[in-house]
Amino acid sequence: MALLEIANVRKSFGSLEVLKGVSLTVEPGEIIAIVGRSGSGKSTLLRCINALEGINSGEIRFRGEPVRQNMKNLRLLRQRMGIVFQSFNLFPHLKVERNVTLAPVLTGKVSKADARELALEVLTRVGLSEKIDAFPGQLSGGQQQRVAIARCLAMSPELMLFDEATSALDPELVGEVLRVIEDMARNDLTMILVTHEMNFARNVSTRLIFMNEGMVWEQGPPAELFANPKTEEFASFIRATKQA
Amino acid sequence: MRAFSGSDLIYLLYALQWTVALVVIALAMGAPLGLALALMRTSRRRLPRYIAMVFIEVVQGVPLLGLLVFFYFGVPLLAGREVAPVIAVSIAFTAYSASFLGQIWRGGIEAVKGTQWDAAACLGITKWQQFRYVIGPQAFRMSLPPTVGLLVQLIKGTSLVSIVGFVELTRAGQIISAATFQPLLVYSCVAVIYFSVCLPLTHWARALEGRLNGAA
Repeated sequence: MALLEIANVRKSFGSLEVLKGVSLTVEPGEIIAIVGRSGSGKSTLLRCINALEGINSGEIRFRGEPVRQNMKNLRLLRQRMGIVFQSFNLFPHLKVERNVTLAPVLTGKVSKADARELALEVLTRVGLSEKIDAFPGQLSGGQQQRVAIARCLAMSPELMLFDEATSALDPELVGEVLRVIEDMARNDLTMILVTHEMNFARNVSTRLIFMNEGMVWEQGPPAELFANPKTEEFASFIRATKQA
Repeated sequence: MRAFSGSDLIYLLYALQWTVALVVIALAMGAPLGLALALMRTSRRRLPRYIAMVFIEVVQGVPLLGLLVFFYFGVPLLAGREVAPVIAVSIAFTAYSASFLGQIWRGGIEAVKGTQWDAAACLGITKWQQFRYVIGPQAFRMSLPPTVGLLVQLIKGTSLVSIVGFVELTRAGQIISAATFQPLLVYSCVAVIYFSVCLPLTHWARALEGRLNGAA
């Protein structure tokens, strides 16, 4: 069974239609990179998947279960998918350990006694075990984003969403975050990444999606897609990103 | 007729206990109500938001003295029997502090970035847990300086209770002044006592503000 099925999803903000009938199926283990110009609806699509935004029509199913913003089990569903934001959104008043273990403890995934061990485990995976007692404000942007990733990993999600996870970082800090994501990709975690890092999208993803004007414009294996863009829109997008 | 003496000073300090007691009551009962008002004001649903707004507008639109008189005479009427003045007065102060705390804390809650709600919600914890562990503590830290400021207002506000005959610091001063005919001396003492209670609090509020600004 597909992990995630998105069928003909439409979403408007006021009179502006951002998603104009998006359909997409994600199988377990896939690493999907979504690229496109700003305003193409990539981030909105991602936020619809975990119901941060409601949809106007269409359907999103996670392991067969429909995702709706007003559903009763939304909480349980969100415990199974993690999202990493552009602006990290760590909890500034809590130490790194508590940032990472808050949700697992509150949802009963781990006991209070075992929480620190869990924190160490996931922080080790992002290479930050020594920062367990720091506050977010004492960390660099790259480190904060790695903690944000660890916070998701602590919930052992079945699906990870990355909403331009490196866009807010200084260029020299992007690499450390991408390396962590790459490492997760090797561990068979299903991921959907909205990204501007074209090389990363090409090298790490198993499927590349080009979104344009609120629709899935082109999709396929990244190498193939980059070599032979089928539409003029994608070709010009590739040219534009190369110039940058 | 007699002169102002040390025992009068002790009487004043004794009456100060009632001033403090009133403030403690106003905070102990006003804080939970104020929190409820703040949550209602920031609710996504219209009805609670509206109810809280009306409560806050009405209470803040009436002078504290008006509230005191209203509850002092109104509560026994509504209850249909004699009610201890301390209860009527406490209700007035609870309403007063709740409406201001509700307003202050609402500001604090709204000052926490919306993305913090998003991040907390995406972890799959309940709405209350999101507030209790993520939003609330940050909002409270930001609201602490104005909250302490309100505490100072409350302390000084209790002096109005003397109007309805409740013996706290100011009323005690009136009594002594009537007995000694030394109003200037007596009320100066009263003022110094208020001042020495409030001064450390104002300084604390300023220190908190400085620390918050430094952190931000």
